[in-house]
Amino acid sequence: MIEAITDSGERREMTINMGPQHPSTHGVLRLELVLDGEVVKHVKPHIGYLHRCFEKYAEQMDDYAKVIPYTDRMDYVSAMNQEHGYVLAVERMLELEVPERVEYIRVIMAELQRIASHLLGIGAFGLDLGAFTPFLYLFIEREKILDIFEKASGARLLYNYMAVAGLMRDVHPEFKDEVADFVKTFRPKIKELDDLLSYNKIFVRRTANIGVLPVKVALNYAASGPVLRGSGFKWDLRKNDPYSIYDRFDFDIPVGSGEMGSLGDCWDRYIVRVKEMEQSLRIIEQALDGMPDEGDVMAAIPKRIRPKEGELYVRTESPRGELGYYIVSDKSASPFRVKARAPSFVHLSMLPAISKGALIADIVAIVGSIDIVLGEVDR
Amino acid sequence: MVEAFKNSWITFKSIFIGMGITIRHFFGKSVTLQYPDERPVLPNNARAKLYVNIDDCIGCNLCARACPVNCIYIDTVPSTSDVDLGKTSTGNPKRFWLTRFDIDMAKCMYCDLCVHPCPTNCIYMVSEYEYSEFNRTNLIYHFSNLEPAMVAEVKEKAANEAAEKQRQREEMMRKKAEEAKMKQIEAKKQAEEKNDGEKGSEPSKKENGDS
Amino acid sequence: MTQYLLNINPIAILVHAAIPLTIILVYALVAIWAERKVAGFIQDRLGPMRVGGWHGWAQSIADLLKLIQKEDIIPADSSRFLFKFAPFMMFAASYAAFAVIPFSSSYIGSNINIGVFYLLAVTSVLTLSIIMAGWASNNKWSLLGGMRSAAQLVSYEVPTIATVLTVIVVTGSLNLMTITEMQSGNDILGFLPNWLIFQNPFLLVAFVIFFISILAESHRVPFDLPESESELVAGYQTEYSGMRWAMFMLAEYADMLLLSLLGATLFFGGWNSPFGEFMSGPFWSFFWFMLKGLLLVFVMMWIRWTLPRYRVDQLMYICWSILIPLSFINLVLVALWEVIF
Repeated sequence: MIEAITDSGERREMTINMGPQHPSTHGVLRLELVLDGEVVKHVKPHIGYLHRCFEKYAEQMDDYAKVIPYTDRMDYVSAMNQEHGYVLAVERMLELEVPERVEYIRVIMAELQRIASHLLGIGAFGLDLGAFTPFLYLFIEREKILDIFEKASGARLLYNYMAVAGLMRDVHPEFKDEVADFVKTFRPKIKELDDLLSYNKIFVRRTANIGVLPVKVALNYAASGPVLRGSGFKWDLRKNDPYSIYDRFDFDIPVGSGEMGSLGDCWDRYIVRVKEMEQSLRIIEQALDGMPDEGDVMAAIPKRIRPKEGELYVRTESPRGELGYYIVSDKSASPFRVKARAPSFVHLSMLPAISKGALIADIVAIVGSIDIVLGEVDR
Repeated sequence: MVEAFKNSWITFKSIFIGMGITIRHFFGKSVTLQYPDERPVLPNNARAKLYVNIDDCIGCNLCARACPVNCIYIDTVPSTSDVDLGKTSTGNPKRFWLTRFDIDMAKCMYCDLCVHPCPTNCIYMVSEYEYSEFNRTNLIYHFSNLEPAMVAEVKEKAANEAAEKQRQREEMMRKKAEEAKMKQIEAKKQAEEKNDGEKGSEPSKKENGDS
Repeated sequence: MTQYLLNINPIAILVHAAIPLTIILVYALVAIWAERKVAGFIQDRLGPMRVGGWHGWAQSIADLLKLIQKEDIIPADSSRFLFKFAPFMMFAASYAAFAVIPFSSSYIGSNINIGVFYLLAVTSVLTLSIIMAGWASNNKWSLLGGMRSAAQLVSYEVPTIATVLTVIVVTGSLNLMTITEMQSGNDILGFLPNWLIFQNPFLLVAFVIFFISILAESHRVPFDLPESESELVAGYQTEYSGMRWAMFMLAEYADMLLLSLLGATLFFGGWNSPFGEFMSGPFWSFFWFMLKGLLLVFVMMWIRWTLPRYRVDQLMYICWSILIPLSFINLVLVALWEVIF
C-alpha cells in the first residue's frame, strides 16, 4: 500500500482492493482493480468468502428432503425459486405426479419471490449509485411479500416451504385475498419507481452506455436471465423450456432495447427487471384465478425418497437467470452428487469482459446491474 | 447549445418529479414499528423457536433423525415392566424414559423438518422470538423433565432389568442348549440302540458326536 | 500595527469568536439530528426516536459523547502531523468564514468592506485540508477521495464566484452588511420584498447556478463524490475515527450552513423580514436570517435523499461546459439589465 502512493512518476497504475469489506460489493466479493487514475485497467474478481460447502453437504445428507433447507441458503434473496428448482428435479427423478393446487401455489410463491428479489436487486442498484430513498421504498413493498410468505410458511427469508411433490404446509385461508391485494397496491408503486429512479436523468446518465454487454459476448459467457434479456435476446426458460405449469400462463418476455443508450447497458438490464415485475404480477393474477381451492398439499409427499440410479439436469428461471440442478443418484437415500448451476457465478465471470476502461463509479454500477448474490456465487 | 439546454431542462424536470415524490412521502405516514414498545404480531405458525411437549413424546427419535444439522439430542431408557408410563394424548403408548431431550437452538436452522415426522405432534415451532442470550450454552434447551436422581434410578432400574433379562435370556439359552443336548443324547442313545446290530453307520455317529 | 493590536479588547474578541462558534455547534447538533429525521420521514421511517424523549432530540448529543470516548486511531504509515491537523484545519476554514456573515441587523463578526472576497478566499482552504486528509491517511481510497474533492472544489469555485459577482455588480458592494441593507423594504410589485432574487430575472438564474455550485462545494448529493460511500468507502474520511471524524462532520455541516447563509444574504435579503417593518429588529432579524439559511439547508437535505449521484467526469462536465459559461453569460446579462433599467 505504501509503495503505490509514494512511488514517483514511473508507475501510473495503482492496484486497489475493492472489498470484501466494501459497501457496494453486495456481500463479500473482492475485486482487485488496477487503476490508472480513476480509470479501471483491469478487474479481477476474487470469490469464496461465503463458501459453505452446499454441494458437499447435499451429498452428506441421508435424505433428499434434507437438502431443501440448504438450497434456500444458496441464494438467500430468492429462496423460493431455489427450492422450486430442486424439488422439480427430485420430482422428475422419481417421476412423481404433483397435485394441481400445489403447482399453482408454487408458481404464485415463485413469482412473488421473483418480485421480492428484483425489488432488492433494483433497490441495491439504486443504492450503489447514491439513491438511498428508492431502496427503502422498495423494501416496504418487499416486506409485504415477506409477510405473505411468513403467514404461509412461518419464515421470512429461508422458507423450506416446498417439499417433494407437495408443500410443507397449506397456505392460510386469506392467502388469495392477500396476494390479490398486494398485486393491486403494487402496480402504482412501479409507476412511482419509474418517476423516482428509472427515468431520473441523473440515474440514466449513470447507467446508460455503461457496462455494455453485446449479445454475442453474453451468449459466449452463457449468460441468462435479465442479464441476457437486457442485451436484447429473448430467452426465458418459463417460455422456452416450460417447467411446472408455466405453459398455461400468458405473459411477455421483456427485453432490453437500448432505449437510453446502447443495447445491453446497465440501464437495459435494470429496466428489464422492472418490466419483469409487471409480468410476474400478470402471472400471479392468472394463477390466482386458476388456483383450485380444495386439495391436500401434503398428500403426495413420498415417505421415502429413493430415486432410480441415474442422473438428470433440471433448469428453472430464477430471478437471476438459469438455475440448474444436476443430481446424480446411486439408488441410495442420499444424493450421490448435487451440482447447482448458479447464474450469479456465471454472470460474475463476465465482469472483467464488460468493465474494461470504466471508471470506479461504473464498476459499482456494473456489479449492481448484474445483480449477484454472493451466497449463490460461492455456494 | 440547444441540445445542452434541452438536456438540462429534462434533468431539472426529472429532479423536480423525484423531489415531488419524496416530499409527498415526507408528509406521509411512516411504517416504522417502534420495536420494544410495539411488537410485531407473528402469525400463529411462525417458525421462531422449537418447543417440545415432553408429556407426549414417545422417544421415537424420528425428529433427531430428520434434523439436517443434528441439533436434537435424545437419550432414552426403556421403561421397566413395573412402571406404566401411560399414553400420550394421541393414544400412543409410551415405552421409554426420556433421560435427555436437548435442542440446541444456536444450531437450529428453523427448517421445520423435525416437526412433520413426529407421530404424536409433540415437537413444534412456536412464535416466541425474543430469546437471545449472552452465553451460547444457554441456548441449549432441556426439555426432559426427569430429575437427575430419577434419571440415575431409572437408568439403574433399566440396567437391572436389562441385566435380569439378559440373565433370563442366557438361562433360557442354556436351558435350550441343555434340552438340545439332552435330545441329542437321547437321539444318540436311540440310534445306538437301533444300530446295535448294524456297523455300517459308524461314520455318521462320529459326525453327530462332534457337533 | 502594534498600536492596532493594543487597541483590541480581548473580551470583545472572545465574545465575537464565541457567538458564531455557539451558533455553529448548536446548529451542527440540530442539523445532524434533522438530517436523520428528514431522511427518516422521506423514507417513510421515523428516524431517531429513543434518545432524550421527544423524537430522539438528544441523539446528536449522545453520538457526540460516543465519539469523544472513542479511540483516536492513527494509521501507522500515515503522516502523523498532517493526519491529526487536517480535520481542525477544515473546521477552522469554515469557522473563520463566519466572521463576515451578518447574523442580525445589529451583529456581524467583522464588518469589513471585502466581506464576500474574504469569505470565498477563506473557504478555499477547505480544499487544502481535504487533500491533506486524503494524502496523509496513506490510504488509496482516501487519496482518490481527496483528489476528487480537490478537482471538484476548485472547479465549482469558478461558477460560485461568477454568480456572486453578479450580485456584486447589482449591489456595488463587497460588504455583506451593506448588501443586506440594500435589500430591505417591500417595493417590488407593491408587496414583494426587495430581495435581489425578485429584483432581476437573471439573478434568479444566478441563484440556481449558485445553489448547484454550493451543493457541489459542500459535498452534497448529487455531487457528494469525495465521500461517496458506495464507491470510495468514505473518501478522505476513511481512516478517521472518533473525534477527528466528528470534526470533519462538524466542518461539513458548518460549511453547508455557511454557504446557505451566504445564499440567503446574497439572494434572499439576509436578515430582512419578508413583511417589511413587521417583525423586524435585532432578534427577529436573526430569526429570519437563520430561517432562510435553514430552509436552504432543508432543500439540500431534501435533494440528498431524492437523487442518485453524478459520476466524476459528469460532475466536471456540468461545471466546465454548462455552469461556467452560463454563469458568465448571465453576468453580462445582469450587467446589461442594470445598465438599461
